[in-house]
Amino acid sequence: MLTILFDGVAYGMLLFILAVGLAVTMGLMNFINLAHGAFAMAGGYITVLLMQRMGVPFLVCLPLAFLGAALMGALLERTLYRPMYNKPHLDQVLFSIGLVFMAVASVDYFLGSSQQNIHLPVWLKGRTEIGSDPFMLGMGHYRLFIIAVCAALTVALQYVLTKTRFGSRLRASVDDQRVAAGLGINVNLVFLSTFAVGSGLAGLGGALGAEVLGLDPTFPLKFMVYFLIVVAVGGTSSITGPLLAALLLGIADVAGKYYIPKLGAFIVYSLMIAILIWRPQGLFVRKAGK
Amino acid sequence: MQTLSAQASLLQQSRIKPLELVFWLLAFAAPVLTPSHALIINEIAIVALFAISLDIILGYTGIVSLGHAAFFGLGGYAAALFAKHVMPDPMVGLAVGIAAATLLGLIASLTILRGSDLTRLMVTLGLGLILMELANKLDWLTGGADGLQGVVMGPILGRFEFDLSGQTAAYYSLSVLLVFFVLLRRVTQSPLGATLMAIRDNRLRAMSIGIPVNSRLTLAYTLAAAVAGAAGALMTQTTGFASLDLFEFHRSADVLLILVIGGTGWLYGGVAGAIVFKLMQDFLSSITPQYWMFWIGLFLVVLVLVGRDRLIRPWTWLGTGRKGQS
Repeated sequence: MLTILFDGVAYGMLLFILAVGLAVTMGLMNFINLAHGAFAMAGGYITVLLMQRMGVPFLVCLPLAFLGAALMGALLERTLYRPMYNKPHLDQVLFSIGLVFMAVASVDYFLGSSQQNIHLPVWLKGRTEIGSDPFMLGMGHYRLFIIAVCAALTVALQYVLTKTRFGSRLRASVDDQRVAAGLGINVNLVFLSTFAVGSGLAGLGGALGAEVLGLDPTFPLKFMVYFLIVVAVGGTSSITGPLLAALLLGIADVAGKYYIPKLGAFIVYSLMIAILIWRPQGLFVRKAGK
Repeated sequence: MQTLSAQASLLQQSRIKPLELVFWLLAFAAPVLTPSHALIINEIAIVALFAISLDIILGYTGIVSLGHAAFFGLGGYAAALFAKHVMPDPMVGLAVGIAAATLLGLIASLTILRGSDLTRLMVTLGLGLILMELANKLDWLTGGADGLQGVVMGPILGRFEFDLSGQTAAYYSLSVLLVFFVLLRRVTQSPLGATLMAIRDNRLRAMSIGIPVNSRLTLAYTLAAAVAGAAGALMTQTTGFASLDLFEFHRSADVLLILVIGGTGWLYGGVAGAIVFKLMQDFLSSITPQYWMFWIGLFLVVLVLVGRDRLIRPWTWLGTGRKGQS
């Protein structure tokens, strides 16, 4: 039972890293970006290609995945996304679905539609077991690694958001774009860097998650719903909301699949709909000023 | 005098124009004129019906839905199961499909009354996924991932057998499309339709002039679900096959695209979009069968970047862009 909880936490942490960029950009620009998973897929494929074709070690690949996805994000933000911010939601949805379709088809074209594998280094492959039978806790080392990395990132993000100058600029822009711009904050630059970092985090998440979630060209479509659930349930105004939502989702999903495999993803979706009917603005929202 | 002229101008709008008659005559002549294309005409009619059902909630009521395939699929499965286990008469099967989708629409409409666009998007998406998951897991009933096979349809009205070339199917679908089109045309041009548009344009104001917003939203959503169910039922009846593909996400996305190509808030938009989309799909997938998805994605991106309302009016491309688009 503890093992399931542990796996759920690892899964949830991973989802959080994948989705946090989406939460921030959605809160910041009120932009419904369904193409977020494409950046995660980019990160995953960068890792796979570097490891398989060039033999780069796994740990070096992770920052490269982050950088690659962040660059891609910055480029796309500057060229394609920016004109979209003031369009109606329908346009944004159509636009980002279009991007997802293009990403899926081009990866399929260049790299094939088969599932990609990542060969983990030996020291991440083991498994440690603690305790006796009913309360046995089996921890895969890789999952432990994921939790450690994600926890460190979460703390770092929280620090940047609450303690640094950039964080306060970001929060100011989220709260009210026009007033922030009036105070001399370069909102466009804040947007650009936030989008890039968010995409980069998604790329890192994709690289980390390639082993756990699987990686094939339909990745952005398969996990789009999960990212959106995290954001919709967690709310977009803080990062603790999405974190809790991601953990909840991860544990519910792993436990659901383990105990009632027949119902599969059914539980997660029903839970989401129930929560959204109950609290349409998300579970963990602070009272908005506007 | 003032009221009379207002009434006259409203009636003028809802009058049937000669061009419309020409269009429908052409549509009904098409399966005879080009018998080899009867199958694709059938598909166009079905997709057009599906698109105008989405138009009711998207174009007229302003609800962005990513899970409209839920009703399409449910109607399809209901009709197919009914034909397989109860009786093979298509008309009764169609009614069963519509009834099932209506019921689901009525229940699901509770979920779209509250929240922002994002919440609605999530809820509709979730509904589609739940139904797909259900159809996948209830394999003793639906055949799971293999699809529901062995659906044999009886003759329509006890007289017209389905033939291999698809002419009967094309006429069947076209007739159902026409019936629903006329019905929806009547609904959207009635005072009821005007209240829906008022809700779309400004919900708060609509509420304050006394329009019962929630019950109108429920009504519109249920109606759209019913029509989508009819389209789904047509689909499985004319192909004799129901599979998980009916619930797939890309079906919901495709129908959004179709509607957007033709223009929202205009019933002919769905029909025009369906014709363009199906012909384009037919053409592109004969060149690159596998990567059709890429082109559709590119098309969507370009469409939005150029501006949806400008794409169907090419003469505005070179002019100065409109400002203040909200």
